[in-house]
Amino acid sequence: MFAHEFMRNALIAGTFVGLACGLVGYFVVLRAQVFAGDALSHVAFTGAIAAAVIGTEIRVGLYAATILGGIVLGLLGDRARADDVAIGSFFAWTLGLGVLFLSIFTTKSSAGNGTGGVRILFGSIFGLSTTDVRLSVALGSVASILLLAIARPLLFASLDSAVAAARGVPIRGLGLGFLGLVGLVAAQATQAVGALLLLGLLSAPAGAAHRLTTNPFRGLLLSAALAVAAVWLGLTLSYAFPTLPPSSMIVASAVGIYVLAAAARSATGASSRSWSARR
Amino acid sequence: MVESAVFDGLSWNLVSDVRELFSFPFMVHALEAGTIVATMAGVTGWFMVIRRQTFAGHTLSIIAFPGAAAASLVGLPIMVGYFGFCAFGALALAAIAGSRRSLGAESAAIGSLQALALALGFLFVSLYHGVLNSLDSLLFGTFLGITERQVAVLLIVAVVTITFVAAAARPLFFASVDADVARAGGVPVKLLGFGFLLVLGLSVAETSQITGALLVFALLVTPAATAQQLTTRPSLGVALSIAIALAVTWLGLALAYFSIYPVGFYVTSLSFALHLLVRVIRVPAVRRRAAALATEPA
Repeated sequence: MFAHEFMRNALIAGTFVGLACGLVGYFVVLRAQVFAGDALSHVAFTGAIAAAVIGTEIRVGLYAATILGGIVLGLLGDRARADDVAIGSFFAWTLGLGVLFLSIFTTKSSAGNGTGGVRILFGSIFGLSTTDVRLSVALGSVASILLLAIARPLLFASLDSAVAAARGVPIRGLGLGFLGLVGLVAAQATQAVGALLLLGLLSAPAGAAHRLTTNPFRGLLLSAALAVAAVWLGLTLSYAFPTLPPSSMIVASAVGIYVLAAAARSATGASSRSWSARR
Repeated sequence: MVESAVFDGLSWNLVSDVRELFSFPFMVHALEAGTIVATMAGVTGWFMVIRRQTFAGHTLSIIAFPGAAAASLVGLPIMVGYFGFCAFGALALAAIAGSRRSLGAESAAIGSLQALALALGFLFVSLYHGVLNSLDSLLFGTFLGITERQVAVLLIVAVVTITFVAAAARPLFFASVDADVARAGGVPVKLLGFGFLLVLGLSVAETSQITGALLVFALLVTPAATAQQLTTRPSLGVALSIAIALAVTWLGLALAYFSIYPVGFYVTSLSFALHLLVRVIRVPAVRRRAAALATEPA
């Protein structure tokens, strides 16, 4: 498995994608902003396909669109927490724009390049070049370090924004910065699992971590570890059974981990409840 | 600008343009289907926005995609896949909502469900070795191939869902606005919630056949959100929401007919533009009223 270069590339890039998604996802779930992550994944699609239409580097469109999208979502919502109706109407339109660009793109490049849209939507982790991998590693590390740097005040602001604001924590700035960071991670993950599936890596490992521990820093690490594990498991499965697409397998593994965690949690919860009832 | 006309092209004569629209059976079917879909999306969307279930609605609309892909994989009619998966999704969402956890945990569960649905959909499509074009139309919809039978099925489903919402409108509204008081008043809040999700699933399944799984949302959320900006009265709000959905669908279909660009783009852009317009007009009015209230002597 490790003898193939495409597999090594996929594993290295996937590890850093998982790391960043797990860390950022923990706060996305904590702040109940999964829907914003959902919206950003659609923005990623539109940005990438728009860049393809204009003819510039797809990555430029991708990163510009998601980071800007994150900030716009932050501005739309109250106190940097975008509310879901505003998010909904904004990204329904973004997606409409994406469809427009897709149709322009496919009519323009009718010479057999109709797969571009599908690759953006569902990822192409086995087709990453060495440059892609380097970029993914660099951005994954940058995003993780940035997140860990703001983790403490962000945690405070997420749990009790009123008290945090009273203590002088810049909650609005933090919220905007955080959504921008989510945008960065969304763009990075789009190359691996695709715009539509990155939500699975953002929400499922983090949801599992929230189920398993209430300690925030342990949860943060657990979320990252679970996301990386999901990427590895998914890649291995897809390598073993080549008909199964890698991005589907990665997301299915992440959701499987989440379901297991929820089941384990409710099993122990039930047993401890019956234990206390017996006492 | 509208350009590159398909048949006779767009002329300055509006009457002849409209007559041309109606001269093709496929266009008539598209308009009929669009009318049914928009009416239903207007009604259910209004309640969806009131109940703050936009994320759940979006997830349901995504679930339509693996449904259609699974149906084409095993050779069933696509409609069976749409309705089957959406009903199942409604059940799963009701279970998630019923477990009464924190907002973050609930949204994580919904997000995971949605990602799983997309992953399954992509898996089915790749197992099917389907033509990429069909993936595009599953995701983004097509209004060209709608048959008479499909219109009939759409009509039946629409009548069922609208009847349910109309029959349950009062208690549903009560339960949506204040669940605790409604429960104390003897309203079966949980049952209503599940019933509503089921109806939402049905209407989403129906809508996605014309707009595609990814764009359903434009018809469900944007007209309803716009209507709620304009009025707080429920009956007027529902009527407005239907009217807006109908207007953008008709206009979108007509524009798509006369140009080379997809209908999804026009429908989403028109409804979003209207939404923005209403927001821009409304905000100063609200501020003025708030200021007037503040300066009023107590």
